[in-house]
Amino acid sequence: MLPALLKRFGLNQLWPTAGFPGGVHPVEHKITADSPIIELPLPPQLILPLKQHIGEICAPLVEVGEHVLRGQKIAKSQGYVSASVHAPTSGTVVAIQDHAIPHPSGMGRPCMMIEPDGKDTFDESRPPISDYRNADPAEIRERIRMSGIVGLGGAVFPTFIKMLRDQRNPVQMVILNGAECEPYLTCDHRVMLEHAADVLRGMDVIMHAVNAKNGVIAIEDNKPDAIAVMRGAIEAAGMKDVEVRSLPTRYPQGGEKQLIQTLTGKQVPEGRLPLHIGVLCQNVGTALAIHDAVCLGMPLIQRVVTVSGDAIPNPANVRVRIGTPIPFVLAQCGLQDLSGVRLIHGGPMMGERLPRTNVPLVKSTNGILAMKREALYSEQAVEEPCIRCGHCVEVCPVGLVPNELAWHCRNDQFDRGQEYNLFDCIECGCCSYVCPSHIPLVHYFRYAKGQVAKIEKERVFAEQSKVRSEARDNRLAREQAERAARRSKVRKQHAPAADGVKKTAADTKKAATTTSKTEDDKA
Amino acid sequence: MNILMAILTLGGLALIASIVLAIASRVFHVEGDPMIERIDAVLPQTQCGQCGYPGCVPYATAVAGGEADVNQCVPGGERAMLAIADLMGVAPKEVEEDAGVPMLAFVREDECIGCTLCIKACPVDAIIGAPKQYHTVIEDHCTGCTLCVEPCPVDCIDMVEKTQVLEEWTWSAPGKRPALENANQNSDEVKHASGTA
Repeated sequence: MLPALLKRFGLNQLWPTAGFPGGVHPVEHKITADSPIIELPLPPQLILPLKQHIGEICAPLVEVGEHVLRGQKIAKSQGYVSASVHAPTSGTVVAIQDHAIPHPSGMGRPCMMIEPDGKDTFDESRPPISDYRNADPAEIRERIRMSGIVGLGGAVFPTFIKMLRDQRNPVQMVILNGAECEPYLTCDHRVMLEHAADVLRGMDVIMHAVNAKNGVIAIEDNKPDAIAVMRGAIEAAGMKDVEVRSLPTRYPQGGEKQLIQTLTGKQVPEGRLPLHIGVLCQNVGTALAIHDAVCLGMPLIQRVVTVSGDAIPNPANVRVRIGTPIPFVLAQCGLQDLSGVRLIHGGPMMGERLPRTNVPLVKSTNGILAMKREALYSEQAVEEPCIRCGHCVEVCPVGLVPNELAWHCRNDQFDRGQEYNLFDCIECGCCSYVCPSHIPLVHYFRYAKGQVAKIEKERVFAEQSKVRSEARDNRLAREQAERAARRSKVRKQHAPAADGVKKTAADTKKAATTTSKTEDDKA
Repeated sequence: MNILMAILTLGGLALIASIVLAIASRVFHVEGDPMIERIDAVLPQTQCGQCGYPGCVPYATAVAGGEADVNQCVPGGERAMLAIADLMGVAPKEVEEDAGVPMLAFVREDECIGCTLCIKACPVDAIIGAPKQYHTVIEDHCTGCTLCVEPCPVDCIDMVEKTQVLEEWTWSAPGKRPALENANQNSDEVKHASGTA
């Protein structure tokens, strides 16, 4: 603790300055920063999961054997928080069945398989809204909803929900997130370099739709070329209300809440959204997708992905149709044999290791990393006891106490964990990264979060079961009582008039009530 | 004289205190044993009877009365045992029987004769059907208590493993490698199948 404090003192960081606390600066490995975006050819088959976003699963709109066009809607959303799926190319639907998806569980979801016909015919039913500045904001929002656009930074939250014009929380500032703080990933970097004008137009669409006064494009200072290009594009477009801000390179600068804290000095309150403090944050890739949807009439059917890692012979940034199988993408980058290779979906800090390789590329895929298994540190690292060095506390961007938190999670004391604000953890991985004892802290927090949700679900189920069981007991008792009442009524009606027999009848009645009483007790 | 004063004063105070206590016991009277309710609240409410008592409330009553042990609830597992031991203030005991994977009852409808015996046996009303009609289990309501299996005269009720869906998947604790880790990475086969049972 003391040496760390002295170090901070030396760096004049004893008191937190601007921005979020903590953070780390891992080796950048941005080996694909200078490789231009390559268009990938169409694969023999596309696999489209019917749920690629946060929210409700979609319902298929087409049947097996039907011919679809590029950009045609093939599955519609079934709830408010949902995003529809579109055909990435023209072709035939060959199957709708379960298929493995990129998920750490290795489990599957209903997917639609499309065999391309090679013609790539475009569905022209949605004309572009070319004059978006004079268009109704509701129309723009509807177009974004219809185009299945979700946050392409990795969270895949349906974009139209964020673009609400709310009287109570008017959006003051639109932030375009081009920080790209994850090591290896360069897709947003390349998008900014090669599509600066389109990204800017996408941002203009967002600002018009939510009636925002000013906009900020946030880029980390390790991408000076992107900063220069974006500044040039702003000048060329003559947009006076947008500025580029260069941010210090520090992971997780690109986290939504961290970025907002750096730019505005305000923290998003616990359990609230950036919307509640008048900020709207969108990824650079999402802005490009919005531009394509509004200005070109093309829904979200492709995205730019970084394919990198030490097992890839030709690392590259590629533009891929959504639904392309990941082995096909890797083969295009020179990696055929996947034995002895670990695949990571996303960046190395927050990405998830894929237990299966035969999965499609989805809307959330911003990077695919192929790592040699023996080179992966986590493969050999053995968890050792916590030495209470406090490094994890220093780097936590949310100000948690990861070591204490992990202690409670390990011992299944989830209520104590919640006292330590378990659910404020953004799973950025800084604590696991700096831990000298190789404790997989984030894994503990993910485990604990899952368990808390599971316990809550079981509790609700138990409560419902109890209600049903009590209702059944009450019903049985009531039926019993009704039966007994009916019996005694019948007996009364048939009671003989004679005195001598009356007594006997009364006795029988008494006996009957006692029997029913004992029966009641039994029940 | 002094002694008399002291006796009178203390006696008077005792009288007032007793009246206050008597009123308080009426005003703050608690119906039933709160311990039973508190124990019942941590039980899984499967009403399965695996503890040897005919339901969760009877078991909670027995535990609160000191008749039953804290470790008899099978589906509750270690978590319920620890919670009960905590409430009762006794030392935790090893849970002997393992709850295993969550199960569901499944009626093979083509064999069902519509006798309604399973409907009567279900403690949570999770089976629907009418006389001489097929019966079926409401998957979302079934607690997996197995009480319907025994009464069936044609043995058409199976206990099947509850299918795990992606939405219910959670991370396992570090150090415990998931089973899929050793599975063939490139196989097309998907472990989960929706819509069965």
